[in-house]
Amino acid sequence: MLQKNEDNERQRSFSRRALLLGGAQSLLLAGLAGRMYYLQVIESDRYRTLAEDNRINLRLLPPPRGRILDRFGLPLASNRQNFRVVLVREHAGDVERVLNALAQLITLDDHDYKRVLREVSRKRSFVPVTVRENLTWDEVSRVEVNGPDLPGVTIEMGQIRDYPFADSMAHVLGYVAAVAERDLTGDPLLELPGFRIGKNGIEQKYDLALRGNAGTSQIEVNAYGRVIRELSREEGKTGDELVLTLDGGLQTFAHQRLLGETSASAVVMNVENGDILALASVPSYDPNAFNIGLTVKQWNDLINDPLHPLTNKAVAGLYAPGSTFKMMVALAALKAGIRPDYKVFCPGYMTLGTSRFHCWKKHGHGRVDMHEGLQHSCDVYFYDISRKVGIDNIAAMANAFGLGDRVGIDLNGEMGGVIPTRDWKLANIGEAWQGGETLIAAIGQGFVLTTPLQLATMVARLASGIQVTPRLTRGVRADAEAPPIEGGAGQGVAVPQFLPLDVPLEHLKIMRDGMDAVSNHQRGTAYGARIKEEGFELAGKTGTAQVRRISMAERAAGVTKNEQLPWRRRDHALFVAFAPVHKPRYACAVVVEHGGGGSAVAAPIARDILLETQRRDPSGRRSLPIVATSQVAERG
Amino acid sequence: MMPADIFLSTRNPEITLRQKVWQLNWGMVLLVCLVAGVGFAMLYSAANGSFKPWASAQMMRFGLGFAIMIVAALVDIRFWFRYAYLIYFGSLALLGAVEVMGDIGMGAQRWIDLGIVRLQPSEMMKVALVLALARYFHGLSGEDVGRPTLLLLPLGLVLAPAALVMKQPDLGTAGMLILAAGAVFFCGGVRWWKFALVVAAGVASGPVAWQFLHDYQKDRVMTFLNPENDPLGAGYHTLQAMIGFGSGAVTGKGFMQGTQSHLNFLPEKQTDFIFTMLAEEFGLVGSVTLLGLYFLLLCYGFAIAFRARNQFARLLALGLTTNLFLYVFINMAMVMGAFPVVGVPLPLVSYGGTVLLTVMASMGLVMSCYIHRDVRISRRGSAEA
Repeated sequence: MLQKNEDNERQRSFSRRALLLGGAQSLLLAGLAGRMYYLQVIESDRYRTLAEDNRINLRLLPPPRGRILDRFGLPLASNRQNFRVVLVREHAGDVERVLNALAQLITLDDHDYKRVLREVSRKRSFVPVTVRENLTWDEVSRVEVNGPDLPGVTIEMGQIRDYPFADSMAHVLGYVAAVAERDLTGDPLLELPGFRIGKNGIEQKYDLALRGNAGTSQIEVNAYGRVIRELSREEGKTGDELVLTLDGGLQTFAHQRLLGETSASAVVMNVENGDILALASVPSYDPNAFNIGLTVKQWNDLINDPLHPLTNKAVAGLYAPGSTFKMMVALAALKAGIRPDYKVFCPGYMTLGTSRFHCWKKHGHGRVDMHEGLQHSCDVYFYDISRKVGIDNIAAMANAFGLGDRVGIDLNGEMGGVIPTRDWKLANIGEAWQGGETLIAAIGQGFVLTTPLQLATMVARLASGIQVTPRLTRGVRADAEAPPIEGGAGQGVAVPQFLPLDVPLEHLKIMRDGMDAVSNHQRGTAYGARIKEEGFELAGKTGTAQVRRISMAERAAGVTKNEQLPWRRRDHALFVAFAPVHKPRYACAVVVEHGGGGSAVAAPIARDILLETQRRDPSGRRSLPIVATSQVAERG
Repeated sequence: MMPADIFLSTRNPEITLRQKVWQLNWGMVLLVCLVAGVGFAMLYSAANGSFKPWASAQMMRFGLGFAIMIVAALVDIRFWFRYAYLIYFGSLALLGAVEVMGDIGMGAQRWIDLGIVRLQPSEMMKVALVLALARYFHGLSGEDVGRPTLLLLPLGLVLAPAALVMKQPDLGTAGMLILAAGAVFFCGGVRWWKFALVVAAGVASGPVAWQFLHDYQKDRVMTFLNPENDPLGAGYHTLQAMIGFGSGAVTGKGFMQGTQSHLNFLPEKQTDFIFTMLAEEFGLVGSVTLLGLYFLLLCYGFAIAFRARNQFARLLALGLTTNLFLYVFINMAMVMGAFPVVGVPLPLVSYGGTVLLTVMASMGLVMSCYIHRDVRISRRGSAEA
C-alpha cells in the first residue's frame, strides 16, 4: 500500500510536469503555425515573385531580316535555311568518338574540332554546341542517315543571308556580318549569338528598317537552366522589304559586260526620275563569304588587293573626267555670251605665255565651231573659250550639273570630287590660280575629279533639262492589305519631282546635237560605238584622262602608245551617253581605269549597256507597288 | 516463454488477446495511416507522378511498419519492461558497429548493412533510449530521484549514444536524443535546479563546442542566422525552401504543380524537404492540416501517458511522444527557415525506411502503454494485479 501511495505521489508529479511539457510543445507548434501564416499569407507575394523569377526566362527571338528586292520584286538579298550540326554532350556520351564519326561524313577542320571540345567542356551538358554551319544538302542527308551512330548529334535550321547574285550586286547591297563590339547600342538583339547586321551598302544604310523587331519567348527552366517548356511566345516583326530602283537583270548584264576589264565601273539611270537602274563596279567580291565568316587570309587578300575590290568605284572612285567635261565648258561659254558659231583655228596646239598646250590631234582640226569642237573633241577650241569664260564660271556650271559635290546617293562612302575655282585653290593649295590651269581644267584634267555617278547625273541633266538626282531606293514593299501609294509604270506620288535647270533649252539642244554628232556622225569620235538599231540611237561623249605628264622630250620623240605602257600608267577611258537620242530616257556613264581611249574601250561598253537598257526598258514596265519612300529614309 | 505468452500473460488472465485488439487506439492508427498517406501522395508527386522510385517502396515499408506497430502494441508491456536494457545495449552495440563498418551515406556514417535491410541504428536508439530511461526511472522512488549519484547512470545512458551519433556526425539526431531524454528526466521527477545547471553548463560550453563542429555545420548555423547572405552557397537550400513554401500561399499551386520542387530548385525534396513540397502544392491549407494531424497524434500520446497507471508506461509514452514532437518541430522549423538545416526527416512522410519503421514501432509502443495501462509493475519489475 505504501508503494501505491508513493506511486500516486509520482503520478501527481508526473502529471504536473507532463502538462507543462505538453503546454510547451503546443506553444511551439502554434509558433510553427504562425510561421506558416507569415510565409504563406503575409510574405506569399514576395515568394511567389521569387519562384516565378526562378523558373521563367525571357528569350529574344531574332526576326527574319527584310529582303531586298529589285524594282520588279526580284529578290537581291534574301534569307535561306542554314543547316548546322549541333552536339549535346549528355546525349553524345563520348564526345571525341562522336566527333571522329562526324568527321567521316562532313568536312570538319582541326580548328572546329578543337573549338567544339573546348565549348563542350565549358558549357552544361545539355547545352547544344554548334559543330559546323552551312551544311550542304548532301552533308545533311549523310548525317541524318547515320543518325543512329551519332548520339547527341542533331541538325538545326537557322536563317542565313543569301545574295543570289553574289558579286554582281555586292557593291550596292553590301553585306551582313557578325556584330562587333563597337556596334553594340544596348539593344539586346545585337547580343544574341549569331546575329548579323548590315556592314556595307544598302544593308548598312537601311539596317534598322531591314532588321525588324525581335519577338520574345517566355520559357520555363529548371534549377540547372534546362528548358522545360515554352510558356508564351510573341512573334517578332520581320524587317521591311526594301524595294530598290535597280533592275536586277540589267545590273547583271552591266556587271558581266564590265568583267572583261581589269577595273571599271558603270552607272545607268533614268533621266527623268533619277532611278538608278544599274550600278556596277569591278572587280567585286562575294558578299556571302562575309556572312559565313571570312578567314584572316581571305580578308587580307581583299584589303590588300591593289584593284580595291571592296571599293564601289561608281560612287567612291575619283577620276579626271577628261573630255566628258567639255559640255560644261561649252555651256558656261554660251551663258557668257559666246555664240555657238564662234570659230577657233586649231593648229594642233595653243601657246599661252611660254607654255604650249597640245590638242589630242597632233596636226590640228583647222577651223572649228562649238558643234564641231564637241564632235571632234577639239582641245584647242575649249582652251580658247575657257580663257574667255574663266574657271569660276565653268565651275558654277559644273556644280549646277551635279559635279564637285556628293549627289547624296543612299550608300555610305560616296565621294564628292573636286571642281576647282580660284578660291578653292587658294584655300586648299595655298597658291594663286594660274591661267594655264583653266586650260587644263577645260579638258577635264588637272584638279578636276569626278565620280562615275556624278558623270551619269550630269548627262541625265543634260538630257532632261531638270535637276534630276539619282536614287537607289524606291521604298518599302507594300503589304498585301495596305493600298500601294505608287502604282502604274513608275508614275505616281512617290516619284520625286525636280526643278528645271537654270539653262536655256537651246543651249542644251546644242550640247545634245554635239553629242549626237559624236556618236552618229561619220566623223564623230565615237561613231564606231554607235547604236545601229533604229530608235535606240545614243548620244555620247568620249573622254580619255591622262594619269601622267607627257614631257616635251617624249612628245618630240613621239608619244608612247598606251598599249606599250605599264597598265598603271595608261589613260583612263571614259564615256557618257544618253539614249534614245531624240527622246532621252536613260543616261549612262562608264569609266574603265587605265583602259586607254574613251572611244575604243569605254564607248562600246556604254553602247552595249544602253542598248540592253532600252530593250529591257525597265522604266516603262510596271514596277512593284511600294509604300512611302520617306519611311525608309527616316528609319534608316 | 512461448510466443503466445507475450500476448497473453498467464499472470494477468483478466485481459485476453481479443480484448486487447478491441482496446487498440483505432483513432491513432487512423491518424498514422492518414499522415503516411499524405507522404505517399507527396512521394508520388516528387517522382513527377510516378510510384517509382519512392512511393511504392515507401508503401511496402509502411506495410511492414504497420505489422510491427500492431505487434508492438499487443505485446505485453512487461515484456518491453523486461527487455528494455537489452534493446538499449543492442542498439548501442549497433551504433558502435557503424563506427567500425558503417556505410557512407549522405556524407556521414549512419547506415549499417544487414544484408536485407540497411539500418540506421541512430534512429533505433531514439526508441531504445526512451525504453531504458523509462525503466530506470520506474525503479527510482521519489527520494531516489533526488540523489545526484543515482542520476549518473541514466546520464551515462544518454551521453554514450549521443556522443557516438555526434561523432558520425549527426547533430540533429544527437540533439533529439538529448532533448527526448531530458523530457523523460523532467517528467521522471528530476529537480528543477539540476536542469538549470545543465542548461547553464551547456551555454557556457557553447563557444568551446563550436570549435568542435565541422565547417559545414558551422555554415549551416551561420546560414540559419542569415539565409540570404549567400543565396547560391550554403543558404541556397534554405532560401529555395522558403521560396517554395511561401509561393504556395493559401491554397497552393495544385497537386504535382509545384514549380520549385518539380524544376529541382528544391533540394532533397523526397526526404528532409518534403514538407516544403506539400506547402507549395497545397498551400497554407495543406501545411496547417498536416500540422493538425500531428497535433492530434501528440494529444493521443499525452492522453495515454496521463492514463497509464505505472511509471514505466507513463514515461515511455511521454518520451516517445516527445520524440515524435521533436521530429515534427525540428523538421518543419528547418524547412521554414526557423531552424538550422540539421537533417531531421518528417516522420511518416519523408522517404526513408528506418525512420518510418522506428516511428511506427514507437507508436505501437505508445498504444501498448494504453492497452496495458492498468498493469502494475513493481519497482523491481514484478507484476501486480
